[in-house]
Amino acid sequence: MGSFQSLPDDHQYRTLSQKTGFSLEQIAILHNRFKQLSQNEETLRRDDLKTIQDLESNPIRSQIIEAFFDSRNFQKEGVGSVEEIGFEEFLTVMSYFRAPPQHITEEQREEMRRAKLRFLFNMHDTDNDGTITLEEYRHVVEELLSRSGALGRETAKGIADAAMLEVASISVGPMAPDEFYEGITFEHFLKILNGVEIETRMHIRFLNMDATVLCK
Amino acid sequence: EKEDIYIDYCGMFILVLGLLVGSLMPLGGAASSPDTGTGHGGSHGNKDPGYAKNGNGTTYSKKPFPVLSFDYEHVRLPFEISLWVLLASLMKLGFHLIPRVSSIVPESCLLIVVGLLVGGLIKLVGEDPPVLESKIFFFYLLPPIILDAGYFMPIRQFTENLGTILMFAVVGTLWNSFFVGGLLYGVCQLEGHKLAYVDLLSCLLFGSIISAVDPVAVLAVFEEIHINELLHILVFGESLLNDAVTVVLYHLFEEYSSVGLITVTDVFLGIVCFLVVSLGGIVVGAIYGILAAFTSRFTSHTRVIEPLFVFVYSYMAYLSAEVFHLSGIMALIACGAVMRPYVEANISHKSHTTIKYFLKMWSSVSDTLIFIFLGVSTVAGPHQWNWTFVVATLIFCLVARVLGVVGLTFVINKFRIVKLTSKDQFIIAYGGLRGAIAFSLVYLLNPEHFPMRNMFLTAIITVIFFTVFVQGMTIRPLVDLLAVKKKQETKRSINEEIHTQFLDHLLTGIEDICGHYGHHHWKDKLNRFNKKYVKKCLIAGERSKEPQLIAFYHKMEMKQAIELVESGGGSKLPSALPSTVSMQNIQPKKPSQDRALPQLSKAREEEIRKILRTNLQRTRQRLRSYNRHTLIADPYEDGWNEMLIKRKKMKELEKKMNNYLTVPAPPPDSPTIARARLASDPQAWGLKSVTESIPTIKVDLASPQSPESVNVVDEFSKKGSQPKEEEGGLTMKVPSPAKQRKDKTPDEEPQQRLMRCLSDPGPAAEEEDEDDPFLPQKKSW
Repeated sequence: MGSFQSLPDDHQYRTLSQKTGFSLEQIAILHNRFKQLSQNEETLRRDDLKTIQDLESNPIRSQIIEAFFDSRNFQKEGVGSVEEIGFEEFLTVMSYFRAPPQHITEEQREEMRRAKLRFLFNMHDTDNDGTITLEEYRHVVEELLSRSGALGRETAKGIADAAMLEVASISVGPMAPDEFYEGITFEHFLKILNGVEIETRMHIRFLNMDATVLCK
Repeated sequence: EKEDIYIDYCGMFILVLGLLVGSLMPLGGAASSPDTGTGHGGSHGNKDPGYAKNGNGTTYSKKPFPVLSFDYEHVRLPFEISLWVLLASLMKLGFHLIPRVSSIVPESCLLIVVGLLVGGLIKLVGEDPPVLESKIFFFYLLPPIILDAGYFMPIRQFTENLGTILMFAVVGTLWNSFFVGGLLYGVCQLEGHKLAYVDLLSCLLFGSIISAVDPVAVLAVFEEIHINELLHILVFGESLLNDAVTVVLYHLFEEYSSVGLITVTDVFLGIVCFLVVSLGGIVVGAIYGILAAFTSRFTSHTRVIEPLFVFVYSYMAYLSAEVFHLSGIMALIACGAVMRPYVEANISHKSHTTIKYFLKMWSSVSDTLIFIFLGVSTVAGPHQWNWTFVVATLIFCLVARVLGVVGLTFVINKFRIVKLTSKDQFIIAYGGLRGAIAFSLVYLLNPEHFPMRNMFLTAIITVIFFTVFVQGMTIRPLVDLLAVKKKQETKRSINEEIHTQFLDHLLTGIEDICGHYGHHHWKDKLNRFNKKYVKKCLIAGERSKEPQLIAFYHKMEMKQAIELVESGGGSKLPSALPSTVSMQNIQPKKPSQDRALPQLSKAREEEIRKILRTNLQRTRQRLRSYNRHTLIADPYEDGWNEMLIKRKKMKELEKKMNNYLTVPAPPPDSPTIARARLASDPQAWGLKSVTESIPTIKVDLASPQSPESVNVVDEFSKKGSQPKEEEGGLTMKVPSPAKQRKDKTPDEEPQQRLMRCLSDPGPAAEEEDEDDPFLPQKKSW
């Protein structure tokens, strides 16, 4: 399976495994993929991700790619976006999509849920001010409907407004006419997505990944 | 008055029951009931030739012309069927009148008891009670229930848990059949003289019949306990999909039991048969589903018969599958599930409601009839009670179920992300109810080939009674005791929908980045294929391009708009969002522009809004009651009611904004006082308008009791023609000094425009002319 040197990277892999929770085999597979995407360089750029053909038809493609280069997701205390990332950052972003392990305490489950929701939140909150404003939310919905032509554009605004109103009603309750709802904070975001079981839905099965089925 | 209801009900019920029993008596003289098979029941000939209209060989003596005659034979069959259906429905009514009983005992139990009573009554009278004939059951009673289940199947959950469901359905049923069959054979051999004639194949056949979980019983019980969706879909899905297994095993064992031998080839063929039966059934169902979807594309001019297509195509799918001995249930499910998204996009709202209610009605009646007939059939017999056999059957069934579920869950949990806890396992095992399908299958057995058929029948009825009564009754307290998660009653919010879609795309994208063709990838491909090719074929017109999010949003809007209108328009809020958050709360405030207008203080604005709301409420109330007897004669109502209704409809259709979320609650303020306040302050009308963000408020007092300073201007008489369809709220007019006070002239029609809620960010805000202190309308003079 591939030609990667496992011995010198073993130590590295172990630290990464500890940090992200992936197993050594999974890390090896992902490293392979990383090298494939980055054309064997040390760092990955946006253009490398843009070459993936299957991503072409994805409506939120640019947001996904941005998420990989957003230093808020690297679990170090950085902000802003970077131009290129190394394997460690790649792996860290991937670790948001791991399934919760079998035996997990309530606390850990809650923590995992928050981390995943934080990832989603960061994807929406592009200007990093801690809230998702109406404009940002509109942008999200527009992107989602971007493949639907004119009909999508017109209703995107309506849908985003309706959604925003719903968040405001649920989180804040009745508001006087001159109060202003700034935007969705992380706490409100958690509240509205209470019904969605994020920790189990937001995962990729890394079980059966084989280098031979990797697409170009 | 509750006493009155009870008395009335009892009276009616007794009447119907009397009719029913009476109809079975030898009044007509023919065989006792059309429900009985040919070789069953009394063979009463034409007992009373006096009733025969044409006696043979009578001389044609002139009889006086019969003014009134009695000829029951004529209508016997439909009459009896109708009576049974009526009885079943009345029973259903009755249970819900007695709240205490229905909360403890599930409906199915009560119905069986009623069946027992009716059967007993009929037997007392001396007649043979009708038995649940298999043909009637499989062709008329079962399909509505299955179609109802299949059409409203939650596809998303079903496909997510498909692996688990298949495991339970296929492997679980196989395990159950062989375990029960094999052990029963052992017991029979051990028992000795009385049971020695029961051979292995018969036992296996019996095992396969009895091990299938019954969808009718499961639905009947689970519907009342509101369990969480995962468990519901697991048990229910299993009960549907095990039909294929049952069909194959049944035919296999039935065919070869006369021969008495099964070879390896037969087993292999059996496996192939299983694949053919299940996949074939699904394919047949899918074909009919696509046909139905395609037909619904052309029904835009004949909306009335749209529901008919849904029903007939589905029934044809069932019957076609039965022709080839494929699994009819799976065909029906596949048909309903395949046609639903396309048909719903094509048919009118009324047809959709019709389909829903007809399906619910038929399945409800079927369900009731099935249980009643189970009770009646129990009384009818024939029975052969054998303690060992029956008790052994019962014990083995329970044990097999528990072992099967536990064992399978152990294996399944290795592959699931959301593991099944032991609580879940208990409910799945406990929810494995048996029902009428098993009974009918045994009833179909040929007594010549299967001399032990009566014993089987008794055993099956015992098991069915046990599962329905004991398990059915105790499952509800057990669910509460174990604190099993119940169904979430919350409506699906638009945020959840947005994020579900977002997640789908996100996960697909991540899979692509990983280079891993996981199931998100394939699901996405399927969706794209669906959108590109299938939808274009099967959905009429523009709706084929509507993405799911928009469809969802429109559906929600429609629902809320209907709710709003039904709830009296503005005086009551939709229950989901009882808040007063409106658009201006979330719109970013633009910096105030330079205006020559006097600024309105916030308090003043608030007052104005209050008045508007109150007036709106009164307007809408009037609108709502315009054709009811409670309306006080109002000279301003005549003539423009129609216009208003039309406008209202237009408005609702054009609503793209979420005004249902933003209708503010009317404040408890006296309109006269508020108006008086406003009247004294002519500066009050100086509301500025900002084009994009804050909605324009145009005030037009709807009431005839206008204060002095404001007169309602009659726009229409000026134009002398149909009023334009205008957006915007109540329009405020500058009082014209020359204008007469309006409430004296009956031919002037005040303007009544429904206020688009304050929520509207006002796309139609172009009508303002800012230089006046008031807000003149361009067209007002």
